[in-house]
Amino acid sequence: MSQIEEVGLDKFKHLVSERALTGETMLLNMGPQHPSTHGVLRLLLELDGEIIVNCIPDIGYLHTGIEKNMEAKTYQKAEVMTDRLDYMNPIGNNLAYVMAVEKLVDLDVPARAQGLRVILTELQRISSHLVWLGTSGLDLAAMSMFLYCFREREQILDIFELVSGQRMMTTYFRPGGVWRDVPVEFEKAVRDFIKIFPKRVDQYETLLTKNPFLLDRTLGIGKLDVATALSFGVTGPPLRASGIDWDLRKARPYCGYEQYDFNVPTRTEGDTYARYLVRVQEMRESLKIVEQALNKLPLGPVRSGNRKFVTPPRSEIGVSMESLIHHFKLWTEGFSAPKASIYSAVESPRGELGLLLEGDGGPKPYRVHLRTPSFDNLAVLSQIVKGHLVADLVAILSSIDIVLGDIDR
Amino acid sequence: MGVEQKLGNMGVVTTTLEGVVNWSRTNAMWPMLFGLACCAIEMMSAQSSSYDMSRFGMELMRASPRQSDLMIVAGRVSKKMGPVLRRLYDQMPEPKWVIAMGDCASCGGVFNNYAIFQGVDEVVPVDVFVAGCPPRPEALIHGVMTIHEKVKGESFKQYAEKYKQTT
Amino acid sequence: MDKKLEPIVKSLQDKFSATFEEFRDEVHLFVKPEQIVDALTLLRDEYNFELLSALTAVDYYPQETPRFHVVYQLTSIAKNLSVQIRVPVNGSSPKVPTATHVYDVANWRERELLDMFGIEFDGHPDPRRILSPEDMEGHPLRKDFPLGYEEPQFTFNFDEIDLRKPYAKE
Repeated sequence: MSQIEEVGLDKFKHLVSERALTGETMLLNMGPQHPSTHGVLRLLLELDGEIIVNCIPDIGYLHTGIEKNMEAKTYQKAEVMTDRLDYMNPIGNNLAYVMAVEKLVDLDVPARAQGLRVILTELQRISSHLVWLGTSGLDLAAMSMFLYCFREREQILDIFELVSGQRMMTTYFRPGGVWRDVPVEFEKAVRDFIKIFPKRVDQYETLLTKNPFLLDRTLGIGKLDVATALSFGVTGPPLRASGIDWDLRKARPYCGYEQYDFNVPTRTEGDTYARYLVRVQEMRESLKIVEQALNKLPLGPVRSGNRKFVTPPRSEIGVSMESLIHHFKLWTEGFSAPKASIYSAVESPRGELGLLLEGDGGPKPYRVHLRTPSFDNLAVLSQIVKGHLVADLVAILSSIDIVLGDIDR
Repeated sequence: MGVEQKLGNMGVVTTTLEGVVNWSRTNAMWPMLFGLACCAIEMMSAQSSSYDMSRFGMELMRASPRQSDLMIVAGRVSKKMGPVLRRLYDQMPEPKWVIAMGDCASCGGVFNNYAIFQGVDEVVPVDVFVAGCPPRPEALIHGVMTIHEKVKGESFKQYAEKYKQTT
Repeated sequence: MDKKLEPIVKSLQDKFSATFEEFRDEVHLFVKPEQIVDALTLLRDEYNFELLSALTAVDYYPQETPRFHVVYQLTSIAKNLSVQIRVPVNGSSPKVPTATHVYDVANWRERELLDMFGIEFDGHPDPRRILSPEDMEGHPLRKDFPLGYEEPQFTFNFDEIDLRKPYAKE
């Protein structure tokens, strides 16, 4: 009896090499519970000594049925599902969803709401990259990175709590604007962060960028060439680290990103170290956007005045009969969207986050498909780890920056 | 050394054996490093410098279930993950405790659908439920303190009964 | 419609007699299942659509007769264009030729469609379920698959629901 039949892995037979069937190479199961798989990912490795011959990812351990569940809720209520999708980037997911709904029903958003959206989305991008930096530091045995990165992340989460009352799952963006205007302390909190953060990024770079241990473990490891990246649909920092300048914020500006002056960092090496450099540089660029957006933030309303889609403010309900009717109708029945289908995409910290949203004339979405970046970015893993050591797999996996909630939905 | 330097010369301390055993169990409880979803990020925050769970002897996250006493189920449990979770629980040595962290692990949360277990107590016995979506790190620390209270109240008779049931 | 997209749509209309719809500047082209691989190859090689951004499906059961639409969302980085191709297929276990040799990303996305909709892809190298457990029956995203609901446990029905949870009392 061969090794494969012994462990009941018959269904993987066509994916491993001939040598695994004879027992010449070893099959090793990594996950679903493993400290460096960043969640519940299972990898089946075929090893020749310590060299990886084949890597077969097995996903679905966090399959939540979000797409199906959103079909059962109205357009407003379905938004809470998107928060829990990619849980490092809840605000970015909200943005993708509300933009898709606004495109479907053709709804305008006031300029102040656009500015607030940009500020919060970019802060969320920084916080997502901080979690990535901290956890990949842990994977590469740089324990202190975790402590430093989470220190700054707490500061960002405090800003989110200030504006929305929640640390992570804010649901602050709503179709037609944002939930309410930001409190007066908001500006000072963001300015404090802008003041402190560049020095902190310098600190991280002092600790890591020229660190010989990091260079040894990342330089030339996990090379992803452009043709493979495009064929596998890789987007976001991994694609930019391979040399393609593709960022939806620049290519197809939304939310007024065209007003801000920022660069899209790219590298050409395509290895783990290049992906590290791109992300660290992106944190600096995001901070630039936050500062410009805060300086330019106009005064005015934060939600659209179109009462067919947006609930009136609380203060109006007590004095206007019509407002009360609108409020009641929008929160019980919801608004209806035309029978049509749209695809709308934003740049999440991990890549292109797209939504295929289809209405059927009623108040509930007929079909929501979430094109999540981690799904495609993980698919390429099996190509780039071949021929590397098992220890390098950990470095490569953390450099792709997957989120299992994003993959399994 | 140690205790004497901090507390002065205490001489002889008398207590019950149960008290000593429970005290040592509460103050060196090793949780399993096992994050499922969003709550795992808040669990990491609870470990980080701002909240610092190591104040309660909880900083040593073990990657192996065979070395841990506490399972923090941080996140939603899907139908595919359920059997894995049960297997991990069975691999943990007695005595063991479970915290269901967050709404999804406690009761299914916002996901009442085909893919998610409506509460992890359909799979493993749960000692403490922590509410919130996700719970703040303070809430998780409070859950841990609650489990400490529970452990401090246990007696040898209860251990024996529990042991009899499982064998 | 974007000016740059017009010749592309025209050539697809000529070659595959494709019909098209337009909504909010998005172009949806409809082609037949047997033509999809040729259409994708043409778009990739002639018109620089390097990225297959999304590959998904929509179930129109029971209102419409071509029950499923398989949706291919393509992006061209070089020209900054997008186009959507839809393939209507009918029946409860429809078949579409695989696009894995055109775009590698189709491999996992097609497995997802097999899992979620039960759409089979002819010639797929690894036809297994991807997200659901292996022993699951049915295809969750079909409209005739129920969402699933369990009664929440409150004080008034605590004991009744507790009976269903044999592991809770260990």
